[in-house]
Amino acid sequence: MSQPSLLGIEDLEPGEILRILDAAEHMVEIGHRTVKKVPTLRGRTIVNLFFEASTRTRASFEIAGKRLSADVVNFSPSSSSLKKSESILDTARTLDAMDPDVVVVRHAVAGVPKRVADVLSAPVINAGDGAHEHPTQALLDCFTVRQQKGRIDGLTVTIVGDILHSRVARSNIYAFQKLGAEVRIAAPPPMIPPHVEQMGVKAFTSLREALDGADVVMALRIQNERLAGAYFPSAREYSATYGIDRAKLGYAKDDVIVMHPGPVNRGVELSHDLADHRPSVILDQVRNGVALRMAVLYLYAGRRRVDESPETRDR
Amino acid sequence: MRRRKRGPLTPDGAPSDASQRDAHSSSAEQIPATDERVLLDDAGIRRSLMRIAHEVIERAERPERLYLVAIPNGGVPLARRLAANLREIADLEVPVGVLDTTLYRDDLLTTGERPALRRTEMPSAVDDHVVILVDDVVKTGRTIRAAMDALMDFGRPLAVQVVGLADRGHRELPIKLDYVGKNVPTHPDEEVSLRVVGSGEDASLLGAGEESELRLVVLSRGAPVGGEVGG
Repeated sequence: MSQPSLLGIEDLEPGEILRILDAAEHMVEIGHRTVKKVPTLRGRTIVNLFFEASTRTRASFEIAGKRLSADVVNFSPSSSSLKKSESILDTARTLDAMDPDVVVVRHAVAGVPKRVADVLSAPVINAGDGAHEHPTQALLDCFTVRQQKGRIDGLTVTIVGDILHSRVARSNIYAFQKLGAEVRIAAPPPMIPPHVEQMGVKAFTSLREALDGADVVMALRIQNERLAGAYFPSAREYSATYGIDRAKLGYAKDDVIVMHPGPVNRGVELSHDLADHRPSVILDQVRNGVALRMAVLYLYAGRRRVDESPETRDR
Repeated sequence: MRRRKRGPLTPDGAPSDASQRDAHSSSAEQIPATDERVLLDDAGIRRSLMRIAHEVIERAERPERLYLVAIPNGGVPLARRLAANLREIADLEVPVGVLDTTLYRDDLLTTGERPALRRTEMPSAVDDHVVILVDDVVKTGRTIRAAMDALMDFGRPLAVQVVGLADRGHRELPIKLDYVGKNVPTHPDEEVSLRVVGSGEDASLLGAGEESELRLVVLSRGAPVGGEVGG
């Protein structure tokens, strides 16, 4: 890994992405054992620093860390006491003094994990920052696609929904493109980021055109409460035009798979039956999330900055 | 111990060492390594494994409880051949598992880059079986220690024994082999490894079939090999 921290897919080389996916492949087997634990990170400390509420991602990192025998500390400072960026960095410095081996950071503001990484000596894993990136989600999505399709190169991946506000979409656009897939996006016009074509994706407002010949359909969560009225008239109207159901899947390839980063608004982004049944692979995504995060922790934890001397590293 | 001289110079006059190392790690095309010395050829390996199979049967109180566990990559083709030998001489069907020891290594977090993981596949429970660990080259004993720890996560074997095709000595832990193909006194800095003839890739050992030609070789480099953890 060329960088000490995992802040975004944008910084990764395709070979590094594949290294993470390959390591995750082997981590899957540990989840099938009776004793689901290996001693790899024994005596090491992982801090989950979640400024933004999260159950799924935090639990996934926690299980991943524990399966590698690390001590996992969850730290969720209330957002009210942390309005100022100075206090975020103060929090980070305090944590650093406790000598963690890796810090997993989530924050509602883009760029916070990077700023935290700048003051910490431990590596930082970005677990989602604002509308910037959510690299481990994209990696587990790539892993799930490779598991289902046997490859990523040459596939057509259509991402549907609120691209503008979605860190999952950004990370996935980078990841799938770096691995050789064609990425299309489909959304109501206000949810398509300006100049998105510069990222190399094809943007569609017609779902039918975007789905034509797609191997993978990824629906994004719509934040109903916040966006209805401003970006689309109503959830019902959104669902009629951009909601994925079995009829609309007819435009895609016969063996298309349906993905969603969760949690699903049933009947909005996905029809009720698709949320639970094939061809949706949503539960595979969740399961793979643990193995993928084990791979990330294995490859990043305990790696110190190169400028640090070995003496201080091996205390 | 005779140490071979360096290989021929490349056209620009630089030692060809780097290109040779590449040939063994990544390139499928084999560049003949001039300082590669054969310790055991395929026939020698087959003879050793047949003798070891007889020794295993001789010592086994309950042959039906044997379980071979290969340490990848080198142990995999050797365990397959041992299983075939046991079938031939004793009509025994012995399960063959593969156990990657990487996540159990004691030097993982002290080195820079993490090593690539390898496949683990245990076809059945090891409880109440005599597990025979199979590795190609045993040196420090640290890999065997890691393998024993990994094995215990899969159950409680009746006993654990170890086969090493090559025993180099230089032990750093109190590990003794139960079955040895060949004792090979070597300099600690040399690299001894099992290869599939015609392939420079270590991973090709995983796919080596009954007909593949194996060879145990020593590479004299005179310097420690980066990332190599003595078996």
